[in-house]
Amino acid sequence: MISEKQKKEYKDYVEQKTPNHNLMVDMVLAFIFGGIFSVIAQGVYDLLMSNGFEKIDASTWGSISLIFISAVLTALGWYKKIVKYAGAGIIVPITGFANSVISTAIEYKNEGQVFGIGAKIFIIAGPVILFGCLSSVVIGAIYYIIQLVG
Amino acid sequence: MGKQIGKQSIAFDKVVYILANTEVVGKKEKDGPLGDYFQNIFDDHLLDKKTWEMTEAKMQEQVSNKVIELSGLSKDKIRYIFGGDLMAQLMATTFGIKDLEIPFYGVFGACSTFGASMQLASIMIDAGLADNAMAISSSHYSSAERQFRFPVEFGYQRPKSAAWTVTGAAAVILGNESGAVKITGMTTGKIVDYGIDDAMNMGGAMAPAAADTIVRHFKDFGTRPGDYDLIVTGDLGVYGKEIACKLVNDEGYDISQNHMDCGVEIYSDKEQDTHAGGSGCGCSAVTFSAMVMNKFKIGELKKILFVPTGALLTTVSTNLKETIPAIAHALVIERNEVSK
Repeated sequence: MISEKQKKEYKDYVEQKTPNHNLMVDMVLAFIFGGIFSVIAQGVYDLLMSNGFEKIDASTWGSISLIFISAVLTALGWYKKIVKYAGAGIIVPITGFANSVISTAIEYKNEGQVFGIGAKIFIIAGPVILFGCLSSVVIGAIYYIIQLVG
Repeated sequence: MGKQIGKQSIAFDKVVYILANTEVVGKKEKDGPLGDYFQNIFDDHLLDKKTWEMTEAKMQEQVSNKVIELSGLSKDKIRYIFGGDLMAQLMATTFGIKDLEIPFYGVFGACSTFGASMQLASIMIDAGLADNAMAISSSHYSSAERQFRFPVEFGYQRPKSAAWTVTGAAAVILGNESGAVKITGMTTGKIVDYGIDDAMNMGGAMAPAAADTIVRHFKDFGTRPGDYDLIVTGDLGVYGKEIACKLVNDEGYDISQNHMDCGVEIYSDKEQDTHAGGSGCGCSAVTFSAMVMNKFKIGELKKILFVPTGALLTTVSTNLKETIPAIAHALVIERNEVSK
């Protein structure tokens, strides 16, 4: 039997031997790439606003444009290559959400429309949707109570 | 009949020969540092199949047919096949070899499968229960990604300790008639779990298992590291290799001079962005069949210890936040000096 102490010592040793990504570099790259995607969405928004679109429609089109870019990048196999450098810069914007849905759809296509794509398309994005909805309900309730009190 | 040696080993009595070997690899493996050793490559990620799983099966079909052809034996002279892969219920192997109609035992030892299969085939031959037997295994980057990690096109940052699953399959035919290379002994590994639970650091999880089997082997046979030209582990990767060497050294055996890890050799991280190295059943299998067997044939190697390593994790155990049990099996492989 391997004792807990031995396991702990070994785990510490492995951690010390295994290098990690450089956090500072990752953060700077994420900032730059995240910024680029945000600028693209903002550009779409500004363009539509100056052409007389409603604010809500213009911002929706901004998001859609990012989803579209992410879909194209994923389908071409470039998303994976960009994410190596961009990290959170491409995962955190809606581009990451789009990639998680599209890559899954591509992956499970050969298991059929219903049990493949249908059943598995949200295996990665599912938790985001679930907890996104849940937290919006909680925050909505808090907002409601604050309004009643205030 | 072979005899039991020490705690976990067998010394073969009737010598077991490697009569034929072959492998097939994908483009990335061909582009790697061992590219010149690989004879059979397929450029198309899918061969002519529609799914990665069936592509992997097709790879097994190709190597199993090819190795029989190379051995010069007719199909019905192969008494058993031992083999496996990483997919659930050994899908690539069962679909790949079904048309051969040869008695079959499926073997699962994760990435150590090739070693386990060769051991079982050797035992059969040594015991006189088979004249010839095949050992086969494979892995495919995409089928493994899909089963163990994420969809292939899903974007995430791979940690530096992550390994890249080798796309490749290899098969050997072992027999009791004289060949250029022989298997003279083996040590069966036991499951070793030091509590590593990071599925992206399989080298760290497997290093203690590799070290355990290697040290056990030296003790059982009364040998030293210097008795082998090479000690070849399966897929520990850059960091796992270093850790395993240190663990073996702690037991009083210095293997740092003649240790080689197939996972480290097969890719160039700098050029191929593979991080810690190659992994998968195919990793040790194709490196053995292509590079190690070649070096035996040209006389560069005389005696090695071949130790494929396996991380026995499942997608369920990972989600349950369980640790990664690991295993390693060792075979003593020697050049047959008297033969052709």
